[in-house]
Amino acid sequence: MGRVAEQTAFADEGAGTAGATAAEADGKPDAAVVRDALGVGIAVGLSGFAFGVTSAGSGLTLAQTCVLSLLVFTGASQFALVGALAAGSNPLTAAAGAFFLGVRNAFYGLRLSQLLALPRVVRPFAAHWVIDETTAVSLAQPSRRAARLGFTVTGLSLYVLWNLTTLLGALGAEAIGDTDAWGLDAAGPAVFLALLAPMLRTTTERVVAGLAVLLGLGLLPVLPAGVPVLAAALAAPLVLFLKGRRKAARPGGEER
Amino acid sequence: MTVWFAIAATAVGAYVVKLAGLLVPQGVLERPLVRRLAALLPVALLAALTAQQTFADGRALVLDARAAGLAAAAVALVLRAPFLLVIAAAVVVTAGVRAMTG
Repeated sequence: MGRVAEQTAFADEGAGTAGATAAEADGKPDAAVVRDALGVGIAVGLSGFAFGVTSAGSGLTLAQTCVLSLLVFTGASQFALVGALAAGSNPLTAAAGAFFLGVRNAFYGLRLSQLLALPRVVRPFAAHWVIDETTAVSLAQPSRRAARLGFTVTGLSLYVLWNLTTLLGALGAEAIGDTDAWGLDAAGPAVFLALLAPMLRTTTERVVAGLAVLLGLGLLPVLPAGVPVLAAALAAPLVLFLKGRRKAARPGGEER
Repeated sequence: MTVWFAIAATAVGAYVVKLAGLLVPQGVLERPLVRRLAALLPVALLAALTAQQTFADGRALVLDARAAGLAAAAVALVLRAPFLLVIAAAVVVTAGVRAMTG
């Protein structure tokens, strides 16, 4: 989501001027940090609308849709869960797919715990906001103070907006009825593609993605709903293993 | 009821991994293989999910208006369009193609 941060940092000119004015001697002014953070929080927060619509269109109730945004609060996992449930996946398989997508947040937390140096009592509360966007904004800041401010403002604005737009999206979907007629069933895969695109930096990522597509589609007719996605996840260790073997066979041949 | 079970399991799972990152001692997750795998896992999952939600109808593979919508999203991404515009492109093109083809 680094690209989202980069793109949206300038999206909301002027919104950050309200809060902070104090400039730090050694770094970025607080107002600039708040502006960056709000840019990301607002732009991505608005896409909760797409989630609300997709979730309601997938047959989840208003309460179920809102609880997902309130308590799961990590977009890709939420989209994956409602998509799997709509496809008739069993609940545990659906939850497993969503869980594996959320595992990356643990690695964000690792980076953030060093960067933010949060007191132990604060961590259980801060944890809920450890996601792509808050990490991207925090890591982009020059000092600990700026990182903490960026994390808090991004987390708060994104959490409030994401939940608000989820509610509006779900209500809207219920009002318009057939969401497919409006093309809203394409929102889910488009979100996944937008999250995926900036990750495809090297050949390794592209090979993993290609193999996962083949496994995900190829196994769809033969395995129970939800399982093909989990099987496709095996593309990651498989490619790493093959890469390791190639490297062992040709010493000094490959990078990393 | 099964939907609520899935929601509860996902909520607990999502929170536990978030908290784990903040609480585990440094070093446990720092092994290179673990880091590489964690970076590649979302790539595999997102790619598979994108493909399935575009080309799957139940357990059958189909080519319909969603494919055109996703192509539009891909073009928007290549043009470095903002996140929301990418989603909007997919939705509008899918709806348009569906309206034209009935």
